[in-house]
Amino acid sequence: MTQSRARALLLTPAGLWYAAMLLLPLAVVLIFSFGERSAIGGYAPGFTFEQYANLPARFAAFRNTLTLAPVGTIAALLIAYPLAYFLAVKVSPKWKTMLLVLVIVPFWTSILIRSYAWIFLLGGKGIPALLETIGLDDVRLLNTPFAVLVGIVYGYLPLMVFPIYVALEKLDKRLLEAAADLGTPPWRAFLQITLPLSMPGVLTGSMLVFILLMGEFLIPAILGGGKVFFVGNALVDLFLQSRNWAFGSAVAVALVVIMLITIGIYSRLVKRFGASRDDVGLM
Amino acid sequence: MTNDNAPISRKAFMEELRRYQKGSVTRRHFLGVTGLGTAAAVMGGAMPGLLPSRARAQDIGDRVVLATWPNYHDAANFDAFTDETGAYTQVNVFGSNEEMLAKIQAGGSGWDVFVPTNYAIPTYVEADLIEPLDLSKIPNFDPASFDPRFADAGTIDGVVYGVPKNWGTTGIAFNSDKTGGVVDSWKAFFDGARDKWDGRVMVHDYQLTTIGNALVYHGFSFNSVDPEELAKAEKLLIDVKPHLYAISSDYQPAMRNGDAWLTMCWTGDGKQMNVDMPEIGFALGKEGGEIWSDYYAIPKDAPHKEAAYALINFLLSPEVNAKEALAHGYPVADSRTNALLPEKLLNDPIIYPAAEALSPLEFGAAVTLTDPNRAELMARFKSA
Repeated sequence: MTQSRARALLLTPAGLWYAAMLLLPLAVVLIFSFGERSAIGGYAPGFTFEQYANLPARFAAFRNTLTLAPVGTIAALLIAYPLAYFLAVKVSPKWKTMLLVLVIVPFWTSILIRSYAWIFLLGGKGIPALLETIGLDDVRLLNTPFAVLVGIVYGYLPLMVFPIYVALEKLDKRLLEAAADLGTPPWRAFLQITLPLSMPGVLTGSMLVFILLMGEFLIPAILGGGKVFFVGNALVDLFLQSRNWAFGSAVAVALVVIMLITIGIYSRLVKRFGASRDDVGLM
Repeated sequence: MTNDNAPISRKAFMEELRRYQKGSVTRRHFLGVTGLGTAAAVMGGAMPGLLPSRARAQDIGDRVVLATWPNYHDAANFDAFTDETGAYTQVNVFGSNEEMLAKIQAGGSGWDVFVPTNYAIPTYVEADLIEPLDLSKIPNFDPASFDPRFADAGTIDGVVYGVPKNWGTTGIAFNSDKTGGVVDSWKAFFDGARDKWDGRVMVHDYQLTTIGNALVYHGFSFNSVDPEELAKAEKLLIDVKPHLYAISSDYQPAMRNGDAWLTMCWTGDGKQMNVDMPEIGFALGKEGGEIWSDYYAIPKDAPHKEAAYALINFLLSPEVNAKEALAHGYPVADSRTNALLPEKLLNDPIIYPAAEALSPLEFGAAVTLTDPNRAELMARFKSA
């Protein structure tokens, strides 16, 4: 059939792309993860489960990632939701575009540069110096888990704001009017109408931020002073410093498996909240 | 060689150089006025197509790719190399020998010249990743004029794989306004970190020096891979960790800012900070520590080998090497180059420490680069 042939033809670029850019690297990682570290570092072929058995050696890195990723996601959500609500519902159309641009523009700057800016804000001559003028001496902010949290929430906030904003923007205002006509107080209308209808946006934003946080290594390295160690940092060290590519691959596979489990839970949540996959748009 | 298009004429450059030598201007002024600082911005040479291509008697191609360390060259020298040969130098900067080795091991790095440190060279040779050098193409390398202490590691089993670039040490940089004086022992460094300098001390994000100096604290060899000795070093590091300001090899910003008061520090960084802020001093640990030498070498799979030889030969000419040393503040092992350097620099206690201060130091050993126990120790330290 011409139609099916056309379809096959149109899907070929995507198919080749996925084969070359997704499956091939994944296959390499998987094969490496069963191999060994050669005597001078790098990879030596083999078939062993030793690398997987060794995973507990990076327990602390997984624990740190699995703590900070949810905490960071929730913190970003708590800040992003009111902001998105304000932008989508409260602000006059005249200002809306400008305010949206203000949310996006920092995102156009490299995260590296923005994180370096935080070094100066959180460093001794930044916010702590200001606090000193009001009598709070010797406040240390930089190179703490708090600084990493600030950097993460700041860095990924737009990814949380936009899906929620889109969900709230689509919200049918007549539902809220009907609820008001029937005597529902605004807080209840929010809980029963606005919040459930914006859940797809919340879930998309949370997932985007969560997935990126699971692989994060730059912000902890820059704002955590190298003292906050995530799986991402463990991977960088394993591939570029100790050059234990086999073990690094096993750590990477473990991270992918944890992500898949998380996404599985996520899909269930999406179903429970009654949003179709198309609405959520991510998966 | 013409300098008509250069931001500063050769004559003016030499005048500024002499003013710097006499100590009447600071290094920062020198870099600014001569345009060396700005030249660094163009150094990447992202657009080779825009550079004039010239017919050469000996054509080496239009580019050469150099993998090196941060703050380790005089950008004007690369411009001069382009003027002389038509090849522009693309510079890639790295943070550790391990990272450099990982890139070369992975293959297709595209590098023509790289700068391994003494202890990394045996591993490159063992893995067959490094080119035996054809010394006839590097006439500026005169083995007789190099101090063998900083040149020997480039030769393995009689084959020359690397020619000496610079040498240096890993010591302690301290802010004397805060520490109340010189800190010249690893004992004081690690004990002070847990006591009066709590939250103000930095160690490298680098197994060789961080573990090495923790070993030296206990009186062991900087290069030890003995499990019992490593266990003691690990205990010290994990004990100190909550009190550290940071684990990072990028210590200059925090030291200059006043957030960090003490750090493990390489010679040139120590000199650079000391020039700008005299209260920041540099001392070697009296118990020991690291002394090192870096080498110019060529990877086996270098795409522009002729250009690589030409660049190495150019950078080793004593005049060029002297300018390099003035820019980065690391000592040179070449007596011909040192003859061109100002007396003041040769007597600088940071750049050329007294022989007694150097004698307890150790060169890094090849085994530390590949020892899995040291790598795992570092991971436990960082994730603790």
